[in-house]
Amino acid sequence: MKKTILALAVMASLSGCASFGVEPWERAQLARADMALDSEKNDLALDDHIYFSKEGSSGGRAFAGGGCGCN
Amino acid sequence: MQLTKNRNIAGALAMASCSLVGQSAQAAAPAGLLDDWKVDAAILYYGEQSRVQAVEAIGNAQKAFGDTSVLDIKLVADSLTGASASGAVPQGESQTFTRPSGNGQYVVAAAETPLDDTFHDTRVQGSLNWTETLSPDWKANGGLYGSKEFDYMSMGLNGGIERSFNKDNTSLSLSGSYTYDQVDPVGGRPVAFSAMALRQDFDSDAAYRAAFDKTRIDSSDNKQTLDLMLGVTQVLNSRWLVQANYSLSSVSGYLTDPYKMLSQVDGTGTTQSYRYEHRPDSRLKQSFYLLAKGALDSGVVDFSYRFSSDDWDLQSHTLDSHYRYYFSGNVYGQLHLRYYQQQAANFYRPFLVVTEALPDYASADYRIGDMTGYTLGLKFGQRLAGGNEMSFRLEYYQQNPENNGTELLGQLNNYDLFPTVKAVVAQFGYSF
Repeated sequence: MKKTILALAVMASLSGCASFGVEPWERAQLARADMALDSEKNDLALDDHIYFSKEGSSGGRAFAGGGCGCN
Repeated sequence: MQLTKNRNIAGALAMASCSLVGQSAQAAAPAGLLDDWKVDAAILYYGEQSRVQAVEAIGNAQKAFGDTSVLDIKLVADSLTGASASGAVPQGESQTFTRPSGNGQYVVAAAETPLDDTFHDTRVQGSLNWTETLSPDWKANGGLYGSKEFDYMSMGLNGGIERSFNKDNTSLSLSGSYTYDQVDPVGGRPVAFSAMALRQDFDSDAAYRAAFDKTRIDSSDNKQTLDLMLGVTQVLNSRWLVQANYSLSSVSGYLTDPYKMLSQVDGTGTTQSYRYEHRPDSRLKQSFYLLAKGALDSGVVDFSYRFSSDDWDLQSHTLDSHYRYYFSGNVYGQLHLRYYQQQAANFYRPFLVVTEALPDYASADYRIGDMTGYTLGLKFGQRLAGGNEMSFRLEYYQQNPENNGTELLGQLNNYDLFPTVKAVVAQFGYSF
């Protein structure tokens, strides 16, 4: 039952997504390099490594992963 | 677009096939990828007051092959030195500890937080990632990862698929990663909760060495991590987009920190022995991440929130924001604010008590205790001729560990068992 509700909720929200958005010719601002989600990928990777090493939680934006003996 | 007619089908398809998430889904496809290498490089210094110092260099090279394929190569090297909190509590007298190798000792002054000053490591890491645009709506990516440090090795692979629809305004992605880590601690793995052997308690080196060896398991161990991430990115209007990720991470194997210990104290708070920590051999984590990003006339701004929880009962809330302002077309300043709040793992305890039975698991590592953290950062960047860019970043990071509700015994009330950790980060970056 819960799964059905969840599926319906997701479908409804995805349908709702269609009312958002822009036409291809309205993407000038969104296409800016600084609007890419990984526009500062080195900063993000270095920050992820620091916080992974110093805190009990990791991941979320990207994979939490392993790869370091620091935690 | 065909999906305009079949919005619900698209939604159902997304649900049913779990079709999709890229490691970092791009809302706006990078239009007109250059048929050339694009390189981002940075060097970072991380320094804690009286503790860990680290230097990390990172290089990221990207090359497009035609309009459909992109190769990413990343290399990282870092070097760490300095001291980190061992987990033992401060005492009214100086304390002597055996080094992890069993060769030699170090002494911590009275009232000082015990830090293990043998912390020193160099790590190299490399990864390759390939992204392929399969059709106007479908993208796939796959990658390999490896890293090596003196006592630790990690290998991994990852893959993902991404589907966009609604005129490219919505994208769904599903990605997964598997990592295999091998842990080979200096001096061997400590036997769980074994008491640290101290040279002064033995008449001869041979007797000490025999006792030390009994606290060690002389073989490496491993850890395996399986990550799954489901994400959706939605363009809201001509300036704003949002991204939401749900991730699940299952870790199994050796999750104990072989260099951490707990003090076992009596009713007066006086340490009777040091016992090596022991953590569960599995951990199931999940997190929910939400990001909003907006293009302003004179800059760009983002806000994100992450909620994480796991079956160690460790929970955290993270708020993060960047605001960039362009002073001119080529020069920008950027502010970074981050707040982190964490609730301790259920087996975290600042010390053990002699009169109480040993628990199944225990760790005094403050990094899995109650804690709040703050980051304040500034960055300046300048675009140069030919599309190059240089940047400088300076950040201050402070961790405030807190008591998880444990009653402090006797002399422990006289000392700071939860000292603040202060760090600065300085980074220089160059893109060309």
